[in-house]
Amino acid sequence: MNSFFTIEGILYFGAISLSIIGLFGLLVSKNLFRMLLSLVLFEAGANLVLVLSGFIRNGIAPIFLDGNSGAVMNDPVPQALVLTAIVIGVGVQALALSLIFRVKKHYGSMDMRTIRSKLEREIATQAGVTPPGSNEAPAPVKLVKGEAHE
Amino acid sequence: MTKYSALLFISGLVFLLMVITGLLPMGHTPMLVGNAILEGAKDQVGAANVVTSVVLGYRGLDTLGELSILFAAASVVGLVLTKSSFNKHASNNDDKHDHHDSGFVAVNAIDLIFPLLLVVGMYIITHGHLTPGGGFQGGVVLAVAFSMLVIVRPRRVSINHGMVSIIESFAGVSFIVIGVVALFKGQSFLQPLLGHGEFASLWSAGTLPLLYLAVGLKVGAELAGLLLALNTDEVAS
Repeated sequence: MNSFFTIEGILYFGAISLSIIGLFGLLVSKNLFRMLLSLVLFEAGANLVLVLSGFIRNGIAPIFLDGNSGAVMNDPVPQALVLTAIVIGVGVQALALSLIFRVKKHYGSMDMRTIRSKLEREIATQAGVTPPGSNEAPAPVKLVKGEAHE
Repeated sequence: MTKYSALLFISGLVFLLMVITGLLPMGHTPMLVGNAILEGAKDQVGAANVVTSVVLGYRGLDTLGELSILFAAASVVGLVLTKSSFNKHASNNDDKHDHHDSGFVAVNAIDLIFPLLLVVGMYIITHGHLTPGGGFQGGVVLAVAFSMLVIVRPRRVSINHGMVSIIESFAGVSFIVIGVVALFKGQSFLQPLLGHGEFASLWSAGTLPLLYLAVGLKVGAELAGLLLALNTDEVAS
């Protein structure tokens, strides 16, 4: 731990903190869009950790120029991997966003609890059974009667 | 309750990650593959940017797989959002969302910087084997340029979806064709051809600039289609 307050230690700390913040948001938040944003943060942190794994102290970018024939270069392999990961991450985020659009349009809400109770009620109606009780909708009998106000 | 258990889990994970990070050889990474590539890339591939030699030379097949993942994501987004734009709300949205142009400043600023964005995007794509950048980054710049044009004037400007898909398919097919040509010359799939040229000049590194041009056009067309699909759905809902 004596090497913690070097430049790499601080960079690792920042990258890991970013992914931890993203993971915490993913666990705690109830809004679907906030969960997506937390996923973006988590991904950014993971990509930073991956890039840092090829970091060399006093290393330069892995590009051959005129003046740097003898210099130490950073590892190019993690950088190429992260280039791939970022692009795939964009695709996944766009896909998740479009699915969130559909969910919002169908259930009229982005709150996980509302969506879950509506989904359970929908499934129970299709199966022809009384919907199960939950914290948000405790009594099944009352819920069937109170459908009119929806 | 969920918050406290999440906090407990997170603090345990932080402790674990700190311990693992403390054991890492920070700043003195043992580069086994990396050193071999750094030594051989100049003679084997001939690109000044070693990351480009890794992306398109040593891991070209991976890049093809990545492009297909992006293609799958873009087509699924199109599928998911097009269905929803045919629903019953589509008829009466004209009075609710009367889309005028954006303000004077936004419209004129986009008109001003649109050609510059195109130039920057094409520069980043064509110099991908010499400087930081390449097809993916330049493609994103191109996609942003075109979608900004549509976002600023939602009614008057529209992008031809048929043209976008033609560009996208052409780029994807040419990427594969360049790979197959190497097969016919008796080499591996996607092996760089055409000689190395003069090192660190624009016409160097064989087929790598052509591959990056294909990647750039494909990524640009796909992301533009993606952004526009997300944008039109918001209009239609």
